Parts: sequence; structure tokens; C-alpha cells
Amino acid sequence: MDAIFVFEQLLNGMGYGLMLFLIAAGLTLVFGIMDTMNLAHGSLYMAGAYVAARVHEASGSFALAVPVAVGVTVAVAAVLEVLLIRRLYRRDHLVQVLATFGIILIADDVVKAIWGVAPLLASTPAALAGPVQLAEGLPYPSYRLLLIGAGLAVALGLYLLVNNTRIGMLVRAGASNRQMAEFMGVRVGAVFAFVFALGAGLAALAGALMAPISAVQIGMGEGILIPALVVIVIGGIGSVRGAFVAALLVGLVDTAGRAFLPPALRAVLPPAVAADLGPALAGIAMYVLMAAVLTLKPAGLFPARG
Amino acid sequence: MLALLAAFPLIAPALGFEYYVGFVRRVLIVAIAATSLNFILGYGGMAALGHAGFIGVGAYTVVALVEAGFSSAWLAWGSAAVAAGLAAAAIGAVSLRTRGVYFIMITLAFAQMLYYLAVSLRTYGGDDGYGLYTPLALGVWLDGAHAQVFYWVVLAIAAAVFALFSRVAHSRYGHALRGIRDNETRMVALGYPVYGLKLAGFAAAGAVAGLAGGLLASHNAFVSPGMMHWTQSALLLVMVMLGGLGRRWGAALGVALWLTLEEVLKQYTDYWHWPLGLLLVLVVFHAPQGVAALFERRGGKGAVR
Repeated sequence: MDAIFVFEQLLNGMGYGLMLFLIAAGLTLVFGIMDTMNLAHGSLYMAGAYVAARVHEASGSFALAVPVAVGVTVAVAAVLEVLLIRRLYRRDHLVQVLATFGIILIADDVVKAIWGVAPLLASTPAALAGPVQLAEGLPYPSYRLLLIGAGLAVALGLYLLVNNTRIGMLVRAGASNRQMAEFMGVRVGAVFAFVFALGAGLAALAGALMAPISAVQIGMGEGILIPALVVIVIGGIGSVRGAFVAALLVGLVDTAGRAFLPPALRAVLPPAVAADLGPALAGIAMYVLMAAVLTLKPAGLFPARG
Repeated sequence: MLALLAAFPLIAPALGFEYYVGFVRRVLIVAIAATSLNFILGYGGMAALGHAGFIGVGAYTVVALVEAGFSSAWLAWGSAAVAAGLAAAAIGAVSLRTRGVYFIMITLAFAQMLYYLAVSLRTYGGDDGYGLYTPLALGVWLDGAHAQVFYWVVLAIAAAVFALFSRVAHSRYGHALRGIRDNETRMVALGYPVYGLKLAGFAAAGAVAGLAGGLLASHNAFVSPGMMHWTQSALLLVMVMLGGLGRRWGAALGVALWLTLEEVLKQYTDYWHWPLGLLLVLVVFHAPQGVAALFERRGGKGAVR
């Protein structure tokens, strides 16, 4: 294990973390402002991935595929918000779980009906297929660099939006104390519709960007949902800054666990035991992190309320 | 109802329903697990999203005993309940210090840890699962008496579990648990050992889920980590809420309705998920108390709320 391998894994972890952030940002805002638990957020991620993969294949232009995927998903999310999510605000968390779990089931079948059961193979855009020489003896896939760059750019944009604009101020007011914000004349319903669409767009963007480096298949939304929930719990529900820090933490811990734990265990344990235990511990790492954070800070790293 | 279920294996062959004897057996087993979740969620207000983890602990206990050379079903199922109960006590001791969404997430986290632990157990099949090729022995006077003995054993256990939980729900302990659900601060002020009461309920529910897991291992003759995936926990939660949270027949009704619809829809179409999804959305808006409440309103029987 040399420095280059470590650096490469750090970059991978950062890329994964930034994509998690895109998904978690919408989830944490929806949860923070409207106290609404939306399990179907992963389905929006799936929608983004499918639309992007298909448009890319049909048109040959990745630069076209991404905005189309985001646009289509935001439109779907807007309809979903008006028809369903809007009526769930004041209901119990468990009721929200029930309804949005129903949406997951419906979404999976809709995707199956449109695009079939077989996973799609999304290709990397031709211009970014090759590696980039980052330093002497350190080639790195240029597509993954794009992922990191895009993730950082969106995070910065979101930071400016939330902290330096009027709508951002309303969003923060809603997340910190919804009732008080309502009393002060904020139309929280309209703010929420905006936030829900924004979150859907970010999830779709993550889906579109992740499509070429992960399997585009039914159920991919459920797979990414749990890490995203872990991120918002670690970061503190409702806090975008918390989600950013926690997403990077989870991304790094998860990637580092997968890359470094198995070799480390092989050094101290018999090979057969290490081969079994390594992947298991790597899978658990993220949850141990969450348990540790919650023990020390029961409301997450950056509590939004208070 | 009980008599009808007991007679089912005898009537079924005449009607050409042999296949459904196994199906009803599965419904009964899942209903046992769902009833235990209904107890802590509906009466205790503990929204655990990791119940499938305890089912898995029970199933893997059976696998471990079979691998070690034991063949008694009663020993295997009993150990499954004890092991899952101990696991639930340990996990509950940590998780019950949190509440709300954090409780949901931390129970989920522990179940995921158990899931990855099972994946790493290569002796027991790892990711591929473990086949139980010889059925467990039920005991001297039950073996070979009738092909459907296992069905009746499951039915008897299910009936006992329902009776137990509905008795406990109306005992002093059950009332205390409901008090905690409705107002924890007040119960603390009244001097109830709230944490201990919740932990006892959580561990008991875990043990019963483990028992169901042991039965499920025998039923499927197969155990895999997939049993503990988080979607299984979510599904169990969904079935309980579909039936009716905190209602005596809620869990069993929800399981029966869900699994039956699934079974029927699968025969007609590959797209059997969306009708179920639509059903959940409809239940949320038109029967928020669950399906059991619809019957109770008509029958005029009050719910345990």
C-alpha cells in the first residue's frame, strides 16, 4: 500500500461523499422544514439515472442528458408534491413512511414498464473516458474528477443560495422554527414546494452523474437511500452544512473501509478469517460511525433547530 | 376461525388447494413476527426499523445448531427465541436511549450490522445462504403422524403468541406501556421505571421475532442474509400499519391481506408492486387507522387506543 493508492482512495471517497451530499441535501431540507420523511427520495435518484442513461444513449450527448434528466425529474417531483406529499406534512412520521414506501413500489413498477427489468449500461461520455495524469505516476479517471468538480460546484452554489439569498433565508427560517416562521408571515407551503423541487433536482443530478459508474437498475434508489439517511442523521436533520460534512465523512469512511480494512486484517489475522471479516467490517463502518456520533451528539453534528 | 385454520390442511386436498397449505403456514409465521412488532410499536410507541434483524438472528441460530449436529426442532426454535431475545436486549439497551427518528435510524443501523455479519459467516453460506436439507425432528409422538404436523405446530404457536400478547396488552404492564407511549414524561413523574419497561417489551418482542425466524428457517428450508435486509424490516412495519397499529388483530390481518394480494397479483401480472403501493397510499388517506379499524367501526368494538 503506497501513498498513491491512498490518495486515489481518498479521491474516490470524496467523489462518493459528494454524490451522497447531493441526495442528502434535499432529504435533510424536506425533513428539516416540513418534518416529512420521504423514503421515495431514492426513486427520484433512480429516475434521474434512467432518464440520463437513455437520453445519453439516444442523442450521444452527455451534456444534454444531464439537464434533461434533472428537468424531467423535477417535473415528476412537482406533480408528486401537489398530488401527495403536500397532504402528508402534518401527519405522523410512520404514516409518511407508509405512503412514501407505497410510492417506491409504484415507481419501481413504472420504471420496469418503461425501460424493462434488465439493468441499463450507461456509458461514460467519450471525451472523459480516459485517465488524467494528476501527478507523476498518478493517473486518475477524468470522469471521476468531473464528479468531484460538479459536486463541489453544486455544494458551493447551494451554500450561497441558502446563506446569501432571500429564499435561502426563508428556507433557514423554516428549518430552524417552522411555526415561528409562519407567524412572521413566511408562506412555508410555497417555500416547501420550492425545496422539494430543488431536492428532487439534486437527487436527479446525482443519479445522472452516478449512472456511468454504477448499475442503473430497479432498486438502486433503495440502495442509496440508507446511506443518505445515515448522512442526514449524522449531520443533524435540517442542516445543509451538516449534510455536507457528514456526506464527506461517510464517503471517506465507507471507501477507506473497503480499501484499507481487508489488507489491514490480512496482516494480523489468518487469511480465511480476514477474507470473511474484511468486507463485513467495511460494510458496517458507516453504521458504527453513526452510532458513535449519536452517542456523543444525540442531535447530530450540526443541529439545525434551536 | 381457529378451527377453520386447523381444519384447512384436511379440507384443502379435496378442493385442490394443497399448495396453499404452505402459503397459510407462511402467513402464520410472518404474522407471529408482525404481532411482536405491533406490540412494541402499537402499544409501546417504539418505531423499530430493524425487526427483520431479530428474525435473522433466530434463523441463523437454527442453522448454527443444525451445523453443530442437533436435530431437535424444539431445541432449535427455543434457542432461536432466546438468542434473538438476548440480541434484542443488548440492542435495545443502547437504542432506547434515543427517540423519534433517531430511534428508527439506530435500530436500522444495528439490523444492517447483523446483515453484514451474516454475509461474512462463510461457514453458514455467507451471501449465498444455507440450505436445511433434512427437516428438524419434532419429537417422538409427533413424527410421521401426519404430513401436516408442522402446519399444526405453527398454528398452535401462533395462537399461543396471539393469546399471550393480547393478555399482556390488557395487563398492568400493557397499560403502563401505553401510558409511556402517550406521555413518557408523566409516567416518569409517576415513578414508573420507564426505561426498564420499554427494554423488557423490546427484548420480548425480539425473542418472539426470533422464534418466527426459527420457524421461517424450517418453513423455507433455507436461510440467507436477505431475510434481514432493511426492506424486510420496512415491509413488516408496513404490514402492521396496513392492518392497524395497536389493534389486537391488526398485525395478523395486515400480513394476511398483504401476502394474499401479493400471491394473487403475482399469478396475473409481472407488475404486482404498484397495486400494493397504491393500496398503501389509499390506506393512508382513507383508513389511517388501518384496515382492522374499518371492521371494528362496523362491529362497534372499540380499539385499544
